[in-house]
Amino acid sequence: MTESNSAEQFGSSRVKRGLAEMLKGGVIMDVVTAAQARIAEDAGAVAVMALERVPADIRSQGGVARMSDPDLIDSIIAEVNIPVMAKARIGHFVEAQILEVLGVDYIDESEVLSPADYKNHIDKWNFTIPFVCGATNLGEALRRINEGAAMIRSKGEAGTGDVSEATKHIRTINGEIKRLTSMSRDELYVAAKELQAPYELVAEIASTGKLPVVLFTAGGVATPADAAMMMQLGADGVFVGSGIFKSGNPEQRAAAIVKAVTFYDDAKVIAEVSRGLGEAMVGINVSDIPAPHLLSTRGW
Amino acid sequence: MTILSVGTRPAETPVPAGLRVGVLALQGDFREHAQVLRELGAIVDLVRRPEELDRIDGLVIPGGESSVMDKLARTFGLAEPLQAAIRGGLPVYGTCAGLIMLADTILDGMNGQQSFGGLDIAVRRNAFGSQTASFETDLDIPALGEQPVHAVFIRAPVVETVGPRATALATLADGRCVAVQQGNLLGTSFHPEITGEYRFHQYFLQKLVAAAR
Repeated sequence: MTESNSAEQFGSSRVKRGLAEMLKGGVIMDVVTAAQARIAEDAGAVAVMALERVPADIRSQGGVARMSDPDLIDSIIAEVNIPVMAKARIGHFVEAQILEVLGVDYIDESEVLSPADYKNHIDKWNFTIPFVCGATNLGEALRRINEGAAMIRSKGEAGTGDVSEATKHIRTINGEIKRLTSMSRDELYVAAKELQAPYELVAEIASTGKLPVVLFTAGGVATPADAAMMMQLGADGVFVGSGIFKSGNPEQRAAAIVKAVTFYDDAKVIAEVSRGLGEAMVGINVSDIPAPHLLSTRGW
Repeated sequence: MTILSVGTRPAETPVPAGLRVGVLALQGDFREHAQVLRELGAIVDLVRRPEELDRIDGLVIPGGESSVMDKLARTFGLAEPLQAAIRGGLPVYGTCAGLIMLADTILDGMNGQQSFGGLDIAVRRNAFGSQTASFETDLDIPALGEQPVHAVFIRAPVVETVGPRATALATLADGRCVAVQQGNLLGTSFHPEITGEYRFHQYFLQKLVAAAR
């Protein structure tokens, strides 16, 4: 029998990044009510993302999208045992301060909400709570990590049910990582300049061949097959936003996507869980969205 | 089975060759465990299906979300054969969610959450609170060597009750138990697999897996 002999350290990078490590191989589901959070937990979600409107509704209703009401977040925290995440606007460090005191487990500094600052992201090192941020390419991912993000999700195009942007972003990020691993040091200096990212991070990735934080995929995942494809493309896990609660049978679809992520490389299981799920979210093709309404271009 | 025989310096004793260890790969940080086990010389199988239990000499249950592991294990028919294997003496090491899965009793679990069981303990899920209460600290565990174990607790469980058949291996300063052993079963609230701490895995391979084979 022994005792601990040193002070406890809170909010370290290891602790922040560590929670994301534990979420790997899992599905994080957008929920807008405690009742949806219950369905998500029962279906096997590894965490829930508490927000006021799912991206599909933000898209169709328009207006400024902000952090959720603290009452809503409290009700979701009270409902479930799994980790609860919530979204703050890009650059809105006070929304992040609020979410931290509310006791959520992770903050998503998210392009799905209306940006609060078109120049700066939140200085995430200032917080004990960890942050996840979106990225469309490696440079963006590394800038977020440099600001203190403890987890990255490729952005995709939220609220569409069209997985093509998610595919593009995860392929881009992993392709750029692969390219770095084949470079000599003199080339890495140039790569850092081109990626607009710190040389130290670029060099680290060139030697390890992976991001120093967990990489999930998000934005447009609507079916078990979509989720499994993201996993086969190298995602550590999947965020599903509108795809579950904008579909005909959320309970069954949520459970099916969870199984498809665990057995992402087994087409027999994916085929089986894909049966009889009812209507998927209707969705919109990303190519039909006029440029000013693309969410993935927010963030810099 | 002796508990962490005093004076053992695992780093100086090689792990026997040819040990085949499964890592439960339903969800969580199973790749980190697989990496540590491989570096220690074990052959590693990722386990998601019942038949994959047949050829392994030991099993590691990783960190992750215990309620998700529970659901998937039951849905895909893994829970019952694994419980039978544990009863039959299969050495198993669980970290965090893995510790919960090995506990006979779960406190603060989800409605209907089940564990595989085997350890005569009651474990409280998420005992420290939300993620901002997650922390790292050093634990003295002399039997693993003089150097303290650097332990990372992430929304971690604690062992609230240690039953007569289980033995506490480590406690926090406030006395709460965070590591236990009972025969071939080992569990920690914390995550050696993400801190470069190899001694628990080494102990598991040498003292439990190799001995039981």
